[in-house]
Amino acid sequence: MSDTNQIKKREPLFSAQNIKLLKGPFNDNNPITVQVLGICSALAVTVQMKPAIVMALSVMIVTAFSNLIISIMRNGIPPSIRIIVQLVVIAALVIIVDQLLKAFVYDVSKKLSVFVGLIITNCILMGRLEAFAMANKPWQSFLDGIGNGLGYGLILVVVSFFRELLGYGKILGYQVIPDSFYQAGYVNNGMMILPPMALITVGTIIWIQRSKNRDLIEK
Amino acid sequence: MENLFNLFVRSVFIDNMVFAYFLGMCSYLAVSKTVKTSMGLGVAVVFVLLITVPINWLVETYLLKAGALSWLGEGYKDVDLGFLSFIVFIAVIAAIVQLVEMLVEKFSPPLYNALGIFLPLIAVNCAILGAALFMQEREYQSIGEATVYAVGSGVGWWLAIVTLAAIREKIKYSHIPAPLRGLGITFILTGLMAIAFMGFMGIKI
Repeated sequence: MSDTNQIKKREPLFSAQNIKLLKGPFNDNNPITVQVLGICSALAVTVQMKPAIVMALSVMIVTAFSNLIISIMRNGIPPSIRIIVQLVVIAALVIIVDQLLKAFVYDVSKKLSVFVGLIITNCILMGRLEAFAMANKPWQSFLDGIGNGLGYGLILVVVSFFRELLGYGKILGYQVIPDSFYQAGYVNNGMMILPPMALITVGTIIWIQRSKNRDLIEK
Repeated sequence: MENLFNLFVRSVFIDNMVFAYFLGMCSYLAVSKTVKTSMGLGVAVVFVLLITVPINWLVETYLLKAGALSWLGEGYKDVDLGFLSFIVFIAVIAAIVQLVEMLVEKFSPPLYNALGIFLPLIAVNCAILGAALFMQEREYQSIGEATVYAVGSGVGWWLAIVTLAAIREKIKYSHIPAPLRGLGITFILTGLMAIAFMGFMGIKI
């Protein structure tokens, strides 16, 4: 822990560098649209907003704390078995999150079904641990975890917003498209609820993001 | 028998790992650039699923499930280790993958050359853990069912990645808007393929 104290003395807790760690994942370093990590679970839970938000929070907590723990232990982990160590840390955190969800929001936990367990193999976690936490100090790693969790959550919320709005006419379970629309002949787009549209929505988000930010375009 | 065949068809086409549950997406997108490598990864996934799911089924049935330890004696009847399943499954998968890698390297160098680089990658592939968790959630009754489910979902994944790779090889020559190139178009392609796969919904043999 002496590492953290040294940083605190040398630079403020939220220096420009650290803010960048937190904000980067929102746009030009987004885990889903740029780093292509953690897509598996991102798509399956986005039919409605509530499970998506719960999932995003769970992932954020697990990334932040696994980054923190691994970063504290980084000098004591033998390189040859680091993957197993990382998996054990992640799995332990995921079990805690899973039990909490089962205890407090049982209906959402049922809806997320296996995808809470699949946070363990979510590539964001391993990716960030390997790329960041193994080489950086605990506080920065923690911020990096929060930032990536938020970047991941952002995409989840955007995708689920459109899917719930167009698929059910609701936002967070509240009817937003008025009855008069339905009487005038408006019909919910049932396609949006089905899995394929999650992929196409993410594809469209990538398209929009890359046409705004030309640096990200692939050759 | 009919039941098993039905389960197989279901897990290949209807409950397809990629198109219905988005499992194993990361390696699916990253490795699907050429047909040859995606073929290797697909076969490796089938192989690993075939081994890990039945083993995890045994672990689940005889160690973890509520009342699973009753073979130890009366006193263990109420023990429920279900909450440990995540950590045990992932440990079993990581260990088996490591073991398989070593065994294949020792006994079949050609197979190792074909699958070698993909095996370590597979340990953290969501499709493998996903299959184990679905096996647990759907409560397959016998080891036969679990195995058939594993092979079926593996074959479904293999089919998905090889077809995508074939399309991506062709799409290199088409004119795509610049911001959509690479990742974007791959997502949309996968979405369109998933819509096509939905045509299989409701098939029952």
